Amino acid sequence: MASQEMEELVRRDYKEGFVTDIESDTLPPGLDEGVIAFISNKKGEPAWMLEWRLDAYRKWLKMTPPSWAHLDYPPIDYQSISYFSAPKRDEDRPQSLDEVDPKLLETYEKLGIPLHERAALAGVAVDAVFDSVSVATTFKKQLGEAGVIFCSISEAIRDYPELIKQYLGTVVPVTDNYFAALNSAVFTDGSFVFVPKGVTCPMELSTYFRINAANTGQFERTLIICEEGAQVSYLEGCTAPMRDENQLHAAVVELVTLDDAYIKYSTVQNWYPGDEDGKGGIYNFVTKRGDCRGDRSRISWTQVETGSAITWKYPSCVLRGKDSIGEFYSVAVTNGRQQADTGTKMIHIGEGTRSSIISKGISAGRSNQSYRGLVKIGPRAKGARNFTQCDSLLIGDTCGAHTFPYQEIGNSTATVEHEATTSKIGEDQLFYCQSRGISEEDAVSMIVNGFCKDVFQELPMEFAVEAEALLSVTLEGAVG
Amino acid sequence: MAPGPDQTTYFGSPRRLIRIEKVMKMLEVKDLHVTVEGKEILKGLTLTINAGEVHAIMGPNGAGKSTLSAVIAGKDGYEVTSGSITFEGQDVLEMEVEERALAGMLLGFQYPVEIPGVKNIYLLKAALNAKRAANGQEDIPAPEFMKLIKEKIAEMKMDASFLQRSVNEGFSGGEKKRNEILQMLVLQPRLAMLDEIDSGLDIDAMKVVADGVNSLRAEDRGILLVTHYQRLLDYIVPDRVHVLVDGRIVKSGDAELAKKLEAQGYDWVQEESAA
Repeated sequence: MASQEMEELVRRDYKEGFVTDIESDTLPPGLDEGVIAFISNKKGEPAWMLEWRLDAYRKWLKMTPPSWAHLDYPPIDYQSISYFSAPKRDEDRPQSLDEVDPKLLETYEKLGIPLHERAALAGVAVDAVFDSVSVATTFKKQLGEAGVIFCSISEAIRDYPELIKQYLGTVVPVTDNYFAALNSAVFTDGSFVFVPKGVTCPMELSTYFRINAANTGQFERTLIICEEGAQVSYLEGCTAPMRDENQLHAAVVELVTLDDAYIKYSTVQNWYPGDEDGKGGIYNFVTKRGDCRGDRSRISWTQVETGSAITWKYPSCVLRGKDSIGEFYSVAVTNGRQQADTGTKMIHIGEGTRSSIISKGISAGRSNQSYRGLVKIGPRAKGARNFTQCDSLLIGDTCGAHTFPYQEIGNSTATVEHEATTSKIGEDQLFYCQSRGISEEDAVSMIVNGFCKDVFQELPMEFAVEAEALLSVTLEGAVG
Repeated sequence: MAPGPDQTTYFGSPRRLIRIEKVMKMLEVKDLHVTVEGKEILKGLTLTINAGEVHAIMGPNGAGKSTLSAVIAGKDGYEVTSGSITFEGQDVLEMEVEERALAGMLLGFQYPVEIPGVKNIYLLKAALNAKRAANGQEDIPAPEFMKLIKEKIAEMKMDASFLQRSVNEGFSGGEKKRNEILQMLVLQPRLAMLDEIDSGLDIDAMKVVADGVNSLRAEDRGILLVTHYQRLLDYIVPDRVHVLVDGRIVKSGDAELAKKLEAQGYDWVQEESAA
């Protein structure tokens, strides 16, 4: 077979690439130990990190992808993905907004994204248009004075190896699941945040995904640590749609809170959902977990998921510390042919631990959505409490919503409550609004935003405004 | 007789210029036939409402009273098989639901719909701004809006906390009806249609609702009341009363007709029309 020959040729190129062409910016598709060594080398990592990656890779080879999710997609060919691509050089990028696809700009406009951010999001050579470099410098200085570390995971591996060794992979172990193992082997991007004892991070921290080369996988690795009494609010992603031809995203996010610490982690995910038939959309397989290690510590996940062809994502909390608190607020919107299997896990280990889950799912078009949630209360979790509320809203009659709540209660002193509703945007609700002169689109967005209110109020203010706009854009044309 | 120039006014919306005669047919329903799920409900209804008039449609259950206002407002599921509806010279049946509202036809629901999570005040503001936008106006400034709302809510003897509650969610029957009138007071329609606005109201609530409707009476506004009971008409005295039986208006008269119906029921009208 020609394709097999091709593949072998490519593999051969690889080895050569690895040995001789260290200057190369992008790897051809394929994955083996050589590729991992290449990545580690490119990132200037110490030997122990390479060992860590290789160990993950070897374990990954023995694992199988999960099949329990309510998702339907063809098997992924991991050898057809490229695992390293350096960021585009400035001269290859659009030099100004004039060179950017007007349709993309139109969407930014609808979302109300500030002008200077649009340029950055569209991949315009940032220094050419960004006037916020000085602002960033000021902020970095403030962070430094507070003792907060905020950098890329690669920098952290080089500059803070002790912290990385102490925490990396301790919340999401390498073998946690298939995608986490793959991520551990090949991650190239991501953020590292460390907030030392007693410090409240003086500003919100945020990472925007940037546009990558076509056909590369995106494997972020994020690690956030709050020491005793520390606090941080972290925003991931952005509301703007990303032009991205990467098929596979498999990120891992690990959060650690020590005694009395608090991490608020907010995500807005708007990856490309594919065309009308769902072709070309992103597969998003993400492992996010927070470990409330310390007493009275708190981790709060808020997510707004509107993008991707496939979403497989369960931000979770391990409530180890006494009286620690885990929260999960989620809005997931699917339209077209999108499929989402998302939810959370709340693992109560410590005494007096509390968790709340509020999940709002909105399905439109021919999309399919599942909420999957586990509440586990261990034998030592005396007086633990959970409240779950899980609501689905259907728009039209060709979409689906499913709820899979799991409860494992190992303690008779626990209180676990679960409420679930499924409703349709009623014709009568729409008619009521329209008969007041409100257009159908505005009526849908009003009703949907009302439905999501409990979650949106958990988002940082500006993010909430963008999220509302994003919902309207996502559901454009969902009715009628 | 053609009206002289002093009896004619013009007003423009972004898309059309509309000429208004001093006395004009505001709403004209001609020989309207409507079927619902294959069953004919309205069988040739004709009705004209002029600006400044209050019309009451009465009739036994199942006569098609609510169908009339629903068709005018544009509710789905009602098929107009023949006949016409004209509002200020425009073909209503060609208009989208929201266009009808923006043109000034507003329906007060018999069963107002609950919209969880959407604040009442938000719906009011969105509706008012939609109307302003259609008239080429900017969104209403917040202080002006608050002043307007406070005034109207006091008029309806409603507590300000209503504004912060979700639209109709958990409202009592009386509260829902007051809320419908509140919307009318804020949106100031040209034709207010009130579908059984008196159902489920105790006497005190009905007085408040009736006061609200009476305050809507104006020279340039038409009001269409759909009601089963004469009781409401003691408080809102109509200019014209129509008796709807089996999909047709079989008798029209003034307020006295309603009293006769109350005393004698509908049978005599039915017999009279059959004769």
